Order: sequence, then structure tokens, then C-alpha cells
Amino acid sequence: MSKIAIHAIYDDEEPLMETAKELRTKGIKVKEVFSPFPIHGIDALIGVPRTRIAICAFIYGITGMSLGTLMMWYMNIHDWPTDIGGKPSFAYYMNVPAFIPITFECTVFCAAHGMVITHFLRSWLIPGAKAKNPDPRTTDDKFLMIVETNEQDKNSIETLLKNGGATEISFK
Amino acid sequence: MQHESEIRTPLILGNKSYHQISEDIARPIEGKSTKLWYILLTISAILFLWGIACLSYTIGVGIGVWGSNNGVAWAWDITNFVWWIGIGHAGTLISAVLLLFRQKWRMGINRSAEAMTIFAVMCAAIFVTLHTGRPWLDYWLFPLPNQFGSLWINFNSPLVWDVFAVSTYFSVSLVFWYTGLIPDFAMIRDRAVKPTFKKIYSILSFGWGGGARHWSRFEEVSLVLAGLSTPLVFSVHSIVSMDFATSVVPGWHTTIFPPYFVAGAIFSGFAMVLTLLLIMRKVYRLENYITIKHVEYMNIVIIVTGSIVGVAYLTELFISWYSGVEYEQYAFLNRATGPYWWAYAAMMTCNVISPQLFWFKKLRTSLTFTFIMSIIVNIGMWFERFVIIVPTLCRTYLPSSWNMYHPTFVDIGIFSGTIGMFFTFFLLFTRYFPVIAQAELKSIMKSSGQEHKDKRAH
Repeated sequence: MSKIAIHAIYDDEEPLMETAKELRTKGIKVKEVFSPFPIHGIDALIGVPRTRIAICAFIYGITGMSLGTLMMWYMNIHDWPTDIGGKPSFAYYMNVPAFIPITFECTVFCAAHGMVITHFLRSWLIPGAKAKNPDPRTTDDKFLMIVETNEQDKNSIETLLKNGGATEISFK
Repeated sequence: MQHESEIRTPLILGNKSYHQISEDIARPIEGKSTKLWYILLTISAILFLWGIACLSYTIGVGIGVWGSNNGVAWAWDITNFVWWIGIGHAGTLISAVLLLFRQKWRMGINRSAEAMTIFAVMCAAIFVTLHTGRPWLDYWLFPLPNQFGSLWINFNSPLVWDVFAVSTYFSVSLVFWYTGLIPDFAMIRDRAVKPTFKKIYSILSFGWGGGARHWSRFEEVSLVLAGLSTPLVFSVHSIVSMDFATSVVPGWHTTIFPPYFVAGAIFSGFAMVLTLLLIMRKVYRLENYITIKHVEYMNIVIIVTGSIVGVAYLTELFISWYSGVEYEQYAFLNRATGPYWWAYAAMMTCNVISPQLFWFKKLRTSLTFTFIMSIIVNIGMWFERFVIIVPTLCRTYLPSSWNMYHPTFVDIGIFSGTIGMFFTFFLLFTRYFPVIAQAELKSIMKSSGQEHKDKRAH
């Protein structure tokens, strides 16, 4: 059976939330919600799992920290230790207090950039990408909910959405 | 939905709908530039060009054309570097620290404050790259193998920490700012009529759609970036202060420097934010979004940080006397009563006495007074850096190397050039970029908007 996507437009976020709640109790899955700003609490209602991007950031941070440490150990301790101002570089543990600032900067650098790049690629936000919102008004003041269904449930869901406060409904 | 106390002053004034917010933010971008904008841009661009001329002259002839000399080897270059970097700090503080503290008033001002950070760090970078004397060899600052001309860089040196700190700070601030801009560019793109205009904003908006999954990632990224930027911003100015504090120069070798520099940075940065925003809200009619309450909050930050700076000045004086070290005592005596006493007096008046006037509610809610104060504070903070550097270096251990410092036209030219560059970029930003984070603002409209608050109250 061919799938039908119902696009329901709301003027406000609260009726959309209420409808999403109702759809969930009925076991109907909401495919996506487009909104001009983040609606808090919508993720749980439409089954969006918590993002793991912060875990990525942590891993990138650890990587940056290790690379920074490795770099400083190799350059100043291992490859070419210099004695500047009577402060020799004999061993990593002796120099580590002076290495902390750069270790920290490397951690932040890798964590921040790694996370942003991951976000851009995962959400496919790249220069020249096609606008992902089906209706241009959703970045202004409209809220769009997409429900995927089949021919037989189409009408019942439509009434449910209408009763919930949808101002426009279209089928794609 | 989040509810907010009724007695809390609304952050969005007037009768606003979501659409109205989009209209107000898009207006400066879609409309024609005003005459005032062109006049300001011309002045800034001329200053900027004059700065480029002086900069090229310096590169061509060498830093001998500056007023710096054998004794006073660091002068306006480092003064301006520290001043600009400090100004940048308020942007990160507003966007990161206030985000972590869930301060909603940040949303009206964070975008332009972050833009200010980026432009200020660019101005600062000009001075550090130039002051090396041979800027074409500045790649020596990076950890490159010995074949490139120098030994490995010395990671024990605060000057190298500075390279890493400032470049990390700049790049992280830039991506933080741009990540936040994407949904707002998408808003501009979606209402654009002209095809070229639409094309440009569609490239800038990276194809943002505002789906729930994307918003969830967006919020997580903002939160984690704020968490990373907060210690970063403190580290940057601490490291800048260690350029001085780890030396053995009396008057510089003090442990108070990192917190004192960070407080000073936030102090001057908020003043600069106020200078810019007070003009911007007027020119672009954003009075409903950048309200007197926002100005008052920022003035409160200025009292707090100004007082920290004041306490730091007095602590320095006390400790220099209490240390019993005659060189240390002389360094401070010389600052206050030596040949540059006027700079010290200017610093004390502008930074310690004048912000205390903000204890009066009438003064801290007065826009004219705040504007004047914001400029006074920045003059004071410039003098602070000047006082730390020049009077200290003009009276070092050997009286035979004592000499005065006089800025040349090149020094003045490069400094005014960076001011020109800063304002040129800021003016272009206000014209072509959404100056207020409208997506975030819409999310607080129901809890902090005046209309909604009034409705709930009745």
C-alpha cells in the first residue's frame, strides 16, 4: 500500500503539542515537526531520541587532549629538549604544569570543532544544501507536523488533526 | 510551557506575534540602508584604509617607525592587543556564561555581542602579528619542524600559550556565532523575494529546515559550546595576563593578574557592547527587544566587574608596599606619581570612580548617561593597559635605560585603523546579518513577552 504524508500546519506550538500527545496515545507515529524555534518537550512526544552529539564532543575533547600532550612531549621533551633560562626540559612530568594551558586549548579546540562539524554533517547542513523545510513559513511563524499514514487511516487522522487545531492540511 | 513571575520585567515589549518578530529582525536586511549608515560606514572605512596604509608602512620599513624604543619595547602594540582581546570577552560571556545560567535577557543581545567578539579579536590579531617585527615569519609561532627556520617552539612560554589560546578562542567563537546564525539566515531565506538575495541567504543558511531532530542537536551543540567557551574565555585573558605575570619585571610579576585581567576584560567588553547596542537599537528601531532592562542588567555587570577591578588596583598597591621589595614599591610609586601620572589618574577615575555612579537606579537606566559611561570605561580600560606597560618599562632597573615613550603617527594610525575596521565590520554585520537571535527570542515570547505577561496577570 502506498504511503501518504499528511502535512498539518499549526499557528501555535501548544495545539501542536496537544495533537502530538493525542496521536501518541493512539499509537500513530509523527514523522517530523518543523518549527521556527525549538519546542521544548516535543522530542519525547514524537519519539526523537536524545542526541548523542555531546558524547561525540567528549570523545573529540579526549582526542584533542591526547594529541596536544603528544605534540608537546615529542617536540619539547623527546625530539629537541632545550634548556631555556635555566629551566631544562628533561621529563614530561617535570614540565607538565607549563603544558597545561596548551593541553586545555587543544582539548577545547578539538571538542568544539569536532562537535560542530559532526552536527553539520549529521544534519547535512552544508553551504548550498537544499532547504529542508517543506513549507517556507515554518521558519517564520508556522508549525508543521508530518504524519505518515496509509489510505484507510487517512480520513480519521485528518479529522483528529483538524480538531487539534490544524489550520491547513495537505497530502503529499 | 515555562512560566515566569509576573513582577519580572518583560524582555520583549509591545504587542508582538511570532511573525512580527521576524518582520522586525528582517527589516534592516530587506530595507534600504539609511543615510546615517552610509555616513558612518564611510568614516569607518576611511579610518580603516588609513590603518592599512600605516600597517603597510610598518611592514615595509619595520617597527622602527613606531614610538617603541629600547627601553619601552612594548607600547601601543601590546596595549591595543590586550584592549581589543578584552573587549571581545563580553561577547562570549553573554552568549556562553549567561546561557549556562539560563539568563533569558541574553537573547536580545547575544548575536551582536558575539559579532563584536569576533571583530575585536581580529583587531587584536593585527597587533600581535605586527609586533613581532617581521610578520612574514609569523608562521614560526606555530609548531612546525625545525627545517622551517626555527627550533621547535617553546611550550613553556606564555607567549606560545597565547598563540594557542587566541587562535582557539577566535575559531571557537566564530563557529559558535555561525551555528546560532543558521536558523536566522533560514528565516531570511524563506521570506526573500528577490532571487539573488534568496540564493545568497540560502547558501548562508546551509539548508536549515528546523526539524525537531535538528533543533535537538542545535540546542545540545549550543549548550556544550557554551560549556566549552566559558573556561576558554577565562583561560584566554588569564594567559594574556601571564605574558606579563611570568616575567621578572617589577609591577608585572604579580599573581593577581589573571583574575584582575579577566574582570577588566568583561568590564570593558560590556561597555563596548553598550556603546554598540545603544546606537543599534535606535537606528534599527529595536527598542522593543533591547530594552532599558537589558541596559540596566549590563550596567549591573559593569558595577560588579568595575568594583573587582577597583579592588584589584588597591590590592596591587597594598601588596607592593607590604612586600617590602623596593623595586616593587618603586614600580607602583612611579605609576602613580611618575612621568605618566596622568595616565594612572585617568585609569583610576574612569575605571574605579565612574562605574560606582551606576549604583543610582536613575543613572543606570538613563540611556544617555550609560552611553557616555560606556565610552569613559573603554578609555579607562585602554589606559589601564597603557599604565601596566609603558610607565613600567620606562623606569626599569638601570636608570641609564630610562626613557620616555611618544607614539608616532603610525602608532596612532594603526590604532585608529583597527577602530575603523571594527566599526566597518560591525556596520556591515548590522546591515546584512540578523542582529538578534530571533529563533531564540520567539521561544521566550510567551514567557517573557509583555503582551503575554499582561494577559496572564488579568
